[in-house]
This record gives sequence, structure tokens and C-alpha cells, in this order.
Amino acid sequence: MTVLPPQITTWFSTRGWTIHPHQQQMLDLAKDPCQLLIAPTGGGKTMAGFLPSLAELADGTHQGLHTLYVSPLKALAADIKRNLRTPVDDIGLPIRIEDRTGDTTATQKKRQRADPPHILLTTPESLALLISYEDAPRMFAGLQRVIIDEIHALAESKRGDQLMLALSRLSTLAPGLRRVGLSATVEDPSAIARILARHPDPCQILQADPGPDPDIQMMHIDEDPPWSGGGGRYAINAVLDQVRQHKTTLIFHNTRAQAELFFHALWFANDDQLPIGIHHGALAREQREKVEQAMVRGDLKAIVCTGSLDLGIDWGDVDLVIQVGAPKNVKRLVQRIGRANHRYNAPSKALIVPANRFEVIECVAALQAVREHDLDGDPRASGPLDVLCQHILIRACAGPFQADDLYAEITSAGAYADLPRPTFDRCLDFCATGGYALRAYDRWQRLLQRPDGQWQLRDPRGTQRIRMNIGTIVDADKLKVRMQRSRGGAPLGEVEEYFASTLRKGDTFLMGGQVVRFETLREITVEVSKTPSKQPRIATFMGTKFATSTQLSDRIIKMFQQDDWPDLPHHTRDWLHLQRRISRLPQRDRLLVETFPHDGREHLCAYGFAGHNAQQTLGLLLTQRMEEMGLHPLGFVCTDYATLIWGLDVVTDPAPLFQRDDLVATMDRWLSENTVMKRTFKQSAIIAGLVDRNLPGGRKTGRQATFSTDILYDTLRKYDPDHVMLEITRNEAMRGLVDFGRIEQMLARIGDRIDHVPLTRVTPLAAPLFLEPGRVPVAGLADQRLLDEEAARLMEVAGLSALAK
Amino acid sequence: MNGHLFTFANAALTALPSGALWWEQECLLCVSDLHLGKSDRMARRGGPMLPPYEVLETLDRLSSDIAATAATHILCLGDSFDDLAAARDMAPELTDRLASLMAARRWTWIAGNHDPGPVDLGGTYRAELALSGVTFRHIAIPGETAEISGHYHPKARLTARGRTLSRRCFLVDADRLILPAYGTYTGGLYCDRPALSALMTVGAQAILLGTPPRPIPMPRGDG
Repeated sequence: MTVLPPQITTWFSTRGWTIHPHQQQMLDLAKDPCQLLIAPTGGGKTMAGFLPSLAELADGTHQGLHTLYVSPLKALAADIKRNLRTPVDDIGLPIRIEDRTGDTTATQKKRQRADPPHILLTTPESLALLISYEDAPRMFAGLQRVIIDEIHALAESKRGDQLMLALSRLSTLAPGLRRVGLSATVEDPSAIARILARHPDPCQILQADPGPDPDIQMMHIDEDPPWSGGGGRYAINAVLDQVRQHKTTLIFHNTRAQAELFFHALWFANDDQLPIGIHHGALAREQREKVEQAMVRGDLKAIVCTGSLDLGIDWGDVDLVIQVGAPKNVKRLVQRIGRANHRYNAPSKALIVPANRFEVIECVAALQAVREHDLDGDPRASGPLDVLCQHILIRACAGPFQADDLYAEITSAGAYADLPRPTFDRCLDFCATGGYALRAYDRWQRLLQRPDGQWQLRDPRGTQRIRMNIGTIVDADKLKVRMQRSRGGAPLGEVEEYFASTLRKGDTFLMGGQVVRFETLREITVEVSKTPSKQPRIATFMGTKFATSTQLSDRIIKMFQQDDWPDLPHHTRDWLHLQRRISRLPQRDRLLVETFPHDGREHLCAYGFAGHNAQQTLGLLLTQRMEEMGLHPLGFVCTDYATLIWGLDVVTDPAPLFQRDDLVATMDRWLSENTVMKRTFKQSAIIAGLVDRNLPGGRKTGRQATFSTDILYDTLRKYDPDHVMLEITRNEAMRGLVDFGRIEQMLARIGDRIDHVPLTRVTPLAAPLFLEPGRVPVAGLADQRLLDEEAARLMEVAGLSALAK
Repeated sequence: MNGHLFTFANAALTALPSGALWWEQECLLCVSDLHLGKSDRMARRGGPMLPPYEVLETLDRLSSDIAATAATHILCLGDSFDDLAAARDMAPELTDRLASLMAARRWTWIAGNHDPGPVDLGGTYRAELALSGVTFRHIAIPGETAEISGHYHPKARLTARGRTLSRRCFLVDADRLILPAYGTYTGGLYCDRPALSALMTVGAQAILLGTPPRPIPMPRGDG
């Protein structure tokens, strides 16, 4: 057993604390290359990660950087600095601790490179920037340990891939570097261990005592839930009651928009002025920090939040977690619940609020899964190539390199361990020459190979551009929102360009805490006016939606097969019975397709239960096929369980629409056209360094010099269809937004068992889809028809129709 | 040929879906702002290495417009090249392609702000050209009449039944006609921006590219 230095042991005992078994285990294993600790929140996880560093640094002999701590959140780095500072100062350890994030001042950053602290707390992006400097070898030479906090969150994103590539570099700069990962409960720890360890090093997995099962229930609410939407506003009063009864409540939402809307509604209902704050990633930093500080001081009774609070920041005495909206994913639900009650070995208390009637079913299914400890998760794909391309450029910034060395380094990252050499060479060629079939840039290559075989930047000034583009989070293009006829003044806020393009005059939405009315889109500005309405008609944020996991979807379909549903509230139970009477309920190995006319259009509803993204893709594919068959589809909308398509013509036999081979063929053709692919291309093109990121304030909108990345995508498709960027885009889309994998699963499940139910009116199960936001118009022949009609109408109105002839 | 026929300065003109202008009486095909060699220029200056196919793509489209109209006079209305170095450095297979298009046709290069000097590729180089009462120049001059120009890359937005369509467009009023950019790697300037709203009179039309192109009252930014 490894013994701690006496001053640390004394500090523990004077406080009446003993070391947790997993903390001792971490100490005992500290000389081994890699450990992954799985522990619930409040289990002293962070201390378990840092104790070996404190022990090693206690005698004050280590010079320079000893431990690097990386967390997905800036706030977490700052939080840990505070929490570490206290014991270190109390014990009187000679340890310098600093953080380095996007918020650190330039002077501070410069000094950190020249004279690094013993412990540096940072984020994946800041670390990527650090290894791009020429002095990185000096800075990291003595590095002993790296601690990655909340690795379960990073492991699911490109930020994690970027981080692991950076670690592969650090392991070269500091041979013998030991790695530690800290994770919340996950379904497959060995998958994370594989990503964390330097390949092929072993990684020990330590499981702390998970503590007692959480106390989790569906919240009792007197009002019936609405048919659609995700706001959960009908539950406001019940939520306020709970807030009153508890010390501190976290109210989680799945999206920022829902959090905003809920907070807005709470404000109107909060008659006894309970101090309640809001926290999400789109808020300004100052605003977030104010809320965080108030939370730590214990000034807030509740905080309305999103995933930005998912991660392990210590928010003081939280004794209740409320999840508004179906959790979509059992694992995330369990992790969120873990946020309540930081006292080790006390059960966490949580309530779920289904936001609509379908979510009632989903919540009941999720609760079953939690009780059965049945966590969900998808196998991790191999490391994405756009991140690899960025890493190659980052490496080039730091100085010349041999391709063989870099390849060896990269394949030591678990996610890239299987990277074939030819794929690496293609990525290197892409970074150097653009990688085009037409060798146009031999003179203007970005990377040149020197006579000694090393690669280096042609123009050393290129480092600046590369560093400005570091990072794997790509924000959608945003448009400013302003009051109409206000000259100058601060804009109210920003909305996504895509969202703005869907607005119609008169639509109301929430912006910066007030409801506004859309007037017009003027170049780069969304013009709005004041409106007396208290209820915004549409949500502001359309961004990523989490898809309901395969496991959860399966549980729901299984529930449908019951004769009755005594577990469900009467309103939901009656609804399912009505659906069974009028049409039928979806079954696991069959596909239910309903067709019916409504509002002068023909509708088709397919219940695939494949999750939001796959249902969206299914909508795109089906409408494409319908377009080819001359059925004039106009648009579609989807949820996690169904896709609803409307068009001009009725579908009499849906079976041919669902032929797998045809869908796959359509997929290939469709890839060339659709906006999802173009958005995916844009993101990957930015990450891979094909185009520059639109930096804040640097956007040259309204200049005829800029053109859309859509044009680049179309051009590549036409003239260089085998280009590596297209391959990257396709792979990305297949597993991300397109999620074709789940369509394949669904098709395999249903085979040719398609149940077509033609009806004369909307069915109970389809009805909520009509209220769903996020309708996707189909760009087809209907487009020119609309253009013709509207052009004719405008000319007529303007009295110009004669002139146009 | 799916064009939109209209009259400007007593000339019967056709706006083609590609953004080219066809003047049947003169057997003239006019295209503006090709920006050939844009990818080359960006790479040369240390910018992004974009797919180097925009010259090929632009010439492909021009070639089909020439075939469809059987034009005998091609007029490129300025900014035909992204800069003069790009014109000089064009790969031989591209200059060959261009030469085959130029063969046996009258070809006029109008000077633009990106290509303010002659190029060594054949054809006639002019600052501007007057033809049957109409003047062709790159940048519109306020106060001039019967003028056809390019430069601004106009585009317009239209909302129909809740869908917003954004298209490149021709702008036309009694005195001037402005062509959309024809080049592949070109962006656009919305016609409700002050520069274009000030230039075009009230009552101007925007002819939105489509098959066929459609005229609408020009959306303005000053109303």
C-alpha cells in the first residue's frame, strides 16, 4: 500500500476524513501507465485523481510542469482550481496551480509557457493550441501525469478525439507520461479505457462503490400533458411546489430553447419570488458566472439548465434533480440524477416530467431501464479523419516532422490505432496539397517536403491561420436579431441562419427574455417588432436533437404490445387504446404506415422508431423517392418515433418506397443534393482546415467575395468524387445527422412486413406530429412551381404583370 | 431554351437560367464575373486550397450555353479572371479548353477591377463596348443610360408559402441592366443592400435565375 506523505495524512485525519478505498487504489497504482476511475458524483473522484500528484509534489523537488488536468468545461477547470487550492494551502504544499482556458489573459498565457506551474488545468482546445507552439517540447519535457476529467463526456465527441491526439504528442515529448481518466457511470468502461490508454498500454479500470440506487419517479402533475412539444410548461406549478419543498433543485432541459421558454414561464408563475437562475451554453460568460457564483453561495433555490450543467461542477447542496422532457438516453438520465446529493452513499432524488403524451410512455420505459441498471450506448466508431487532418496541421505548426514518426504517434491513440497507413498518407496529402486529383497546387502547397524528407509549412506565417482554426466545435452561422426601425443600438441576440430562413412574417419567438414578432429578413439581420403576446409560437433553437436510444425505443415498442397499460396515467392510456381502435399500434418486427388526407394535402406517417436523426433521413429518402415517382411531396416532419410526409398526391402502395436496395441507391443519389450533407461537409471542411472558421466578428457577409461551402461541395462531387473530404463527409453523416445505420437496423427488423392502414382522417398517434416544429420542405419540382406562382402574384400586385411579358 | 424574354433599351433580350444574357439579333452571348482562377489566387496567397475545378466548371457551363444559342460573339463583362496572375498561370489543359471555345468566334474581354489589363489568351480587350445603342461596361456609372454591366453579383430573396428562396438575379430598370455573376466560385450581394438599391430606380425588376428565370419587383432596402 502506498503511504501518503505525513502532512497530507495529518490533514485528512484532523478533518475526521478517511481515504476512500478507490482513492487508496489510485495511489497504489500511481506508477502504472494508465487508470480509469468510474465513480459517482460526490465520491471524491477528483481528489482520487490528484492525490498521487500531491504526494509526488509534496517534497518540492519537482521542477516545471508535473500534472496536466484536462476538463471539457472552462468552468470546471476554474472550479477544480478553487477546490484544489484549499487543501494545498491548508497542508502548506509547495505546489503552484494555474488554469489556462480561452479566458486566460495573453500575458498570463505567455508566462505559463516560459515558466509553467506544477499543475496546469486546461481544456482540450487550449491543449491543442499549446502543442502547436515550437516551445512545446520544453514546456512538457518533465510532465509526469495527465488527468482527464469527465472523460465519458469527451469520449463521445470529436473534442475527445482531438484530446487523445494531443496526448499522443505529449507521450512523445514526455516519455513515461502516466494517464488517468475520471468518468461517471457508463455502460462500457472498457471502450473508454481503450481510448484513454496509450496504445497498446494496459489500462486498469477501477469501480468506486456506486452507492445506493437513486430515488427516481415520474412527477405527479394534476394537469394533463399536451399532445406535442418539449417545453413541459403545464408542469410549472408542480415544479414550483417541489422547488419550495427542497433546498436546491436543478431543473434539467434537453435544449437551450426549452430551458429559455421554461424559465420565461416560471418567471410569470413565480408569485412568491423564489430566487431561480438559468444556465446554458448560449448565455454570455458574465451571466453564466453570476449564476454559478450565486449557486455556490447558496443564494438560489433552483437553477434551470441544460447539458452545460451535466458535468461535475460542485454546485453546493443540490437535493433534487428534475428532468423536464424525456431523457432520450438512460445513461444520461442516470448521470444527471447523480448530480443530486453530493453526500457519498446517500440516494439521489430525482423527478421526471414528460413534456408531452408520447414522452409519458418514454419516461415510464426509461424508469424501468434505470431500475434494471440497463444503460444504453452505441459502439464508438474509429477516429474521425477531419480531426486527424487538423492534428497534422497543428503538428506542422510546432516544427518539421517525419511522416513515419507522426504516423507512429497517431496510431498510439486508441481511436486511431487501426488507422491504415494509406489513409494517413491521404490526410497528409490533403493537408499538404489539397489532395485533389488535379494537381493544381504544386507551387502553392501548404506543407512542403524538405530534402531530408521532413514536412514543414511552406510559409511559416501559415501558423497563425491554423491556430485560429483550432477546435472541433463548429457553430452554425448566426444572424443578429434587431428591433425594426431601430438605428444602431445593441442587437437583441442571435439566431441560427437556418432557423431564420424558416420564419414567416408574424411568427413570434423568444429572444433575450422577451417575445418578439418576426417582420423581415434583411441581409444579415433578422428584423422583429414588439408584440403583446406572452406565448411565443416557435422555439428559437433548432440545433442538434438527441435521438432516443435504440434500447429505449425497443422498450417503448414492447410496451405497445401490452393489452392494457396500468402503469400509464389515464390520459395516455386512453390515447393508446383509441389508436388501437382506429388504426393499430406499431409492432417491433413490422412497420406501420398510415395514409390519410388532411387540410387539402395527402399524408403518410411511418412509425420506424429509429430515433430523430434516422427518422429525418428516412423523411429525406422517402420524399426523394416520391419525387421520382411523381407524387409531388411538399415536406415532412419527424420525431424520434415517426416521420410524417405531406404532398399533393396520395400514396396507394407504400411497400415499394421501403425497398432496402432502392433506399440505399436513393441514398447515394440523394447525398449529392441534400442540405444535411452540405451542413456536414461544412463542419468537416472547417475542422479539416479546407476553409476558415467564421471567427466572431470576422464574417464578411454581404460581400460578393464570399461564397457558400455548398458550392465547394457540389464542385467536388462533380469533378473529384473520390476526394478525401467527401469520404469524410459521408462517414460523418452516416453516423451523425444521417444515422443511416439505424435505418438499416430498422429495415432489417421489419423485412417486408409493412402494415399499410389507409384512413380518412388523422390518427391519434399521428396527430402530435402536426404540432411538431422543424418541418423540412422538399426541394423538388414543387420549388419552381412556387417560384412561378409567387413571381406572378408579386408582379400582379405591383401592377407590373404587363411589363414582364 | 427556357429563358426569360424582356426588352431593354429597345433590344429584345433573353435571360438564361445559367445567368448568361442572350441577344439574338446580335447573335451575342454575354456573361459577367467569371472569376476564373479564383482557387489559384487564394492558394497562392496562403489562403485555403479550394477544389481547383472552378475554371473547368465555369467553362463547362459556358460551353453548353454557346452550344444552345450558337452564339457568334461572346462578351465577357469583366472580372473574367480573379487576377491577371491567375490568367497567366492557367494550366495548359484549361487554356486549351478556352481556346477551343474561342475558336471561330468573336470574343470580347471587357476590363474589370480584378483584371484591369489585357490577357494573352486571344480575343479583343476593351475598357467598354458600344453595340447597337447599348454600352457594355464592367461597373455601372450612375446617370448613364442603355448600359449593361456586372460587378455586383446581384442576388435576391423571395418568400413563398413560408419557404425562402435565394437566387442569383439580373437587375433591370429603364436605364440599366446588371448581370448576375456567372463564375462558379462567386458569392452574391443581396439587391436590398444600399449599393444596389441606390443604383436601381424604383420600379426595377429582379429576374431570379431558375428554369425559366422569373421577374419580380426588385426587393429594396430603402423602403
